[in-house]
Amino acid sequence: MPDNNLYYVLFHTIHDVLRVEKILKEHGLGHELVPVPRNLSSDCGICVKLHSEIELLRPLLSDIEVAKCVLFDGKEYTSVQLP
Amino acid sequence: MIYLDNAATSFPKPKETIEQLTRFVTTVGGNPGRSGHKLSVEAARIIFEARDKLVEFIHGKKSERVIFTANGTESLNFAILGLLDENDHVITTSLEHNSVMRPLMHLKQRRAVEHTVMQCGPDGRLDMEALARAMRKNTKAVIINHGSNVIGTTQPLGEIKQVIGNTILIADACQTIGSLPIDVDRDNIDVLCFSCHKSLFAVQGLGALYIKEGIDPRPLKFGGTGSKSESSEHPDFLPDRYECGTPNTPGIASLLGGLTFIEKEGLGRIAARKRALREKLLQGLSGIEHATVYGSNANNANVPVISFNLKNKLPSEVGYELNQREIYVRVGLTCAPMAHKTIGTFPTGTVRVSPGYFTTDEEIDRFLEALQHIAGQ
Repeated sequence: MPDNNLYYVLFHTIHDVLRVEKILKEHGLGHELVPVPRNLSSDCGICVKLHSEIELLRPLLSDIEVAKCVLFDGKEYTSVQLP
Repeated sequence: MIYLDNAATSFPKPKETIEQLTRFVTTVGGNPGRSGHKLSVEAARIIFEARDKLVEFIHGKKSERVIFTANGTESLNFAILGLLDENDHVITTSLEHNSVMRPLMHLKQRRAVEHTVMQCGPDGRLDMEALARAMRKNTKAVIINHGSNVIGTTQPLGEIKQVIGNTILIADACQTIGSLPIDVDRDNIDVLCFSCHKSLFAVQGLGALYIKEGIDPRPLKFGGTGSKSESSEHPDFLPDRYECGTPNTPGIASLLGGLTFIEKEGLGRIAARKRALREKLLQGLSGIEHATVYGSNANNANVPVISFNLKNKLPSEVGYELNQREIYVRVGLTCAPMAHKTIGTFPTGTVRVSPGYFTTDEEIDRFLEALQHIAGQ
């Protein structure tokens, strides 16, 4: 996936971020944990930058609540519903 | 040196504990989940992994319902102060530690909480019919010492939960976790409180509690969580609702090592070894003419915590003599005065001997030999 069309997925707690990391690793889905971009949230934590198909994420989350999903098109960040 | 005070804290620790602790303080070191850099994330991963292992170890369902604290006492305070309200009634056994009795005394004075103490027999047995009779309409919780820190007796948590029904069961598992299998799901335990520095082999300064879904104690601390930082209100999601401030990450790393060790050895094997140590000690003590052992060995689920006295000698004198021989035990009331009233050793207390998984048969023999000598003096 080209770097100019990326999803950042934010969760409520670092615990949930790490639950998601574990799931993504188990399913071999490309991702990176990165500091939450300042313009998305004032949280001092980390979020998931997804390097794989966003549609694959939702079915894997079970009860983990998504706090925010953001699409970055290379220029702007736009809040979107997790597809 | 022979260390026989594992009921206070386990020593030595397995190499896995030391490796994880060393790894954290030498190569990780970051503040977990706060800063977003790699060391911070790695520190958070250690906590995540330990929480995951711990919930699996006690057969709980959701790891975010495992809350880290400073020790067993803080876990029990958390459950007791967080769940009991004005005019609630609570039941405990007479074997409880001060970490249960003192917060309850505080609540009796401040929130008019009524407290019934179930008198256990000198063998530590709890009368289930009497427990059923003690239940009232306003009984909010029953707090049970799963394994006595004085006589090593264990209580049947599943059976107790059946007697008390929907009333909250708070179990103090400080002496049993890591020595016996615990299944919060099967036994329907609502809140499990424990320390991590005894048979879970973490370093001192770490405890935890597991809170079953549907049980919602009031948080006792508020502050920085690294989450929802824009809000001046404390978050209500777990585990952040109950954890704030920089955690004891080195301690949690050491717990991860301890749990890894237990996993490798097998809890069944550890439990069997501890039963054997208990048997060997009891057998040896029965051969010492002037020794009186308290409690009972009727239930083989008892943990290796044994209290005894020598005729015409104060526990402190026996402790002193053992200490002179570099044999380390505990003497006195072991923070459980009512348990000593139960076994008839208040206010003098007892000599408490508690071997650990690393105690050898030879060490027990040397201890018994020394005791024989002290008894004959």
